[in-house]
Amino acid sequence: MSLLEIRNLQLEFGEPQHSVCALDGVSLSLEAGETLCLVGESGSGKSVTALSIARLLPSPPARYRRGEILLNGQDVLKMSASELRAIRGGVVSYIFQEPGTALNPVQRVGSQIKEALKLHRPDAATDQEVLRLLKTVRIPAPEARMRSYAHELSGGMQQRVMIAMALASHPRLLVADEPTTALDVTIQAQIIELLRELKQQFSMAILLITHNLGIAAELADRAAVMYAGQIVESGPAVELLRDPLHPYTKALIGSVPGLASEALRLKTIPGSVPRLGAWPAGCRFHPRCPQAQIPCSQQDFELLQALPGRGVRCPFFRSTSLPSLSV
Amino acid sequence: MSLQPLLEVRNLQVHFPVSRKLFKSNRQFVRAVDDVSFTIAPGETLGLVGESGCGKTTLGRAALKLVEPTGGRILLAGEEITAFKASRLRAVRRRLQIIFQDPYASLDPRMTIANIVGEALDIHRLTPTKLARRQRIERLLDDVGLDPSQLERYPHEFSGGQRQRIGIARALAVEPALIVCDEPISALDVSVQAQVINLLRDLQDQRGLAYLFIAHDLAVVEHISHRVMVMYLGKIVEAGEARIICRTPKHPYSQALVSAVPTLDPLARRKRIVLAGEVPSPIEPPGGCPFHPRCPLAEARCKTEPPALRQVAPDHWVSCHLVAD
Repeated sequence: MSLLEIRNLQLEFGEPQHSVCALDGVSLSLEAGETLCLVGESGSGKSVTALSIARLLPSPPARYRRGEILLNGQDVLKMSASELRAIRGGVVSYIFQEPGTALNPVQRVGSQIKEALKLHRPDAATDQEVLRLLKTVRIPAPEARMRSYAHELSGGMQQRVMIAMALASHPRLLVADEPTTALDVTIQAQIIELLRELKQQFSMAILLITHNLGIAAELADRAAVMYAGQIVESGPAVELLRDPLHPYTKALIGSVPGLASEALRLKTIPGSVPRLGAWPAGCRFHPRCPQAQIPCSQQDFELLQALPGRGVRCPFFRSTSLPSLSV
Repeated sequence: MSLQPLLEVRNLQVHFPVSRKLFKSNRQFVRAVDDVSFTIAPGETLGLVGESGCGKTTLGRAALKLVEPTGGRILLAGEEITAFKASRLRAVRRRLQIIFQDPYASLDPRMTIANIVGEALDIHRLTPTKLARRQRIERLLDDVGLDPSQLERYPHEFSGGQRQRIGIARALAVEPALIVCDEPISALDVSVQAQVINLLRDLQDQRGLAYLFIAHDLAVVEHISHRVMVMYLGKIVEAGEARIICRTPKHPYSQALVSAVPTLDPLARRKRIVLAGEVPSPIEPPGGCPFHPRCPLAEARCKTEPPALRQVAPDHWVSCHLVAD
């Protein structure tokens, strides 16, 4: 049994009469100890997918039309409020993009961490355990920092406190929603190294959400690419980034300049990301796709098993390193 | 360089006073920009990289006198503009323009696109008739890849990438020689960033524009720049040809910055230098070399003697005691 299995999730916002679809048939699975990276641009649905795992979206306005989210085999969408309270932190913990707004400004960071311990591991709710957690996330002078308020810490330190708080309950799954986007490059590198160490040390699964393909390459075992509320490609991260199959993934990778690349012009994707609720019919990428064919504007394609372990939502995909396969 | 530089900045200094504490006599200053010199040739792109708070935005604005420098000189095509006041600055601003990071905040939501782009034309009285004004605006929108028929629309009707194009059209309206691009793509979606970078390059080729391109993304800066400066705590720590700075930097800080860029190809992954600690406060910068508390190579003299920016190769300057000539 997978630690997390999302099956055919469909999510809408707003009144039933004029609702806006945010997720349309999202399926993914995550094994214990594995790192899955969800890559996509803003509005693609990666954050709402992540927030759905612990039902963190208020409903209404969010409504789950179809699908299930199985966490340890139990459907989160059918859980009662008290069951949800147990899994939030108990099984799945979150860290967010802006640690400054996620921390309580009027509570010392040590006592915020202790609060997480009281809820999930009451026996361990001690200063020593808080210190140990702060040391685990490599906060210098943890004795002094325990008594700091969030505003006294830099962005990188705030994110470390968030990670310590997330680890306090010994979660089996850590959801990291753009954890380094608000940080500088050198601090981003520190947090990436920290997540890499923690992943090995605690053998917990990580669902990492990012728009940065480089970060996906650094940390992920597997990756899934989202576009307009759907997963368009998934597979082992190394293979997916080296040999992308879906035209969108290809275009996305081609449009990012690398250090020491000799390209004079960047490849671009024409147009812009379609707005929520204004998704084109058929394949959602077809108006921007260089390989679009007639059926693309009419037919909504399924995620195909293209190669072992690799899914792609495009029947016309081409592999650069493998002879073309008939599907 | 035999050509006269378009913009020359000498020993520029911007110090902001910090609000004084009660009964504390000595006034403190944030040294946002501290003794920075550079030149930009016509048609050249000078990249400026550094982490947040290093002073790169202040430097970009001070070079246009949008922020008043507290010391140093600014020369535009050989003419000193440092002491210019409002009326003479207006003429200067026809040649120096800026585009901003946030395309949502930098366009007036109550003005139509035609008026946003046309405002500069009106101020500088560049179009004698209404018809000429309209035609000029239509051509500008076309030049930046927007549909000219949309000129009566408002900014909220456009996506982030399109708004950044409007900001570029506004800067181009007065036909400037230099545009300061202050993180022009960091607020955009990945798939749209490449469009804007290519547009900036095309406009440079067509019009011979010079750019001061400010960004924190080294890969983007290497892609677009001819020369690059690396800034740390208000000072330039390394400067030179873009390829050299981004591929084989000599300053330990530039080396760490380059190694911190996440790479797509795991096989080509560089050995990462993870810097300890964080950028210190620019109010009381460390003595000696400002980078020494985080520098993996720091020696005793780095703590006391501030290193000068020295030339180590034909187009390569480094401010570090440990780099040999």
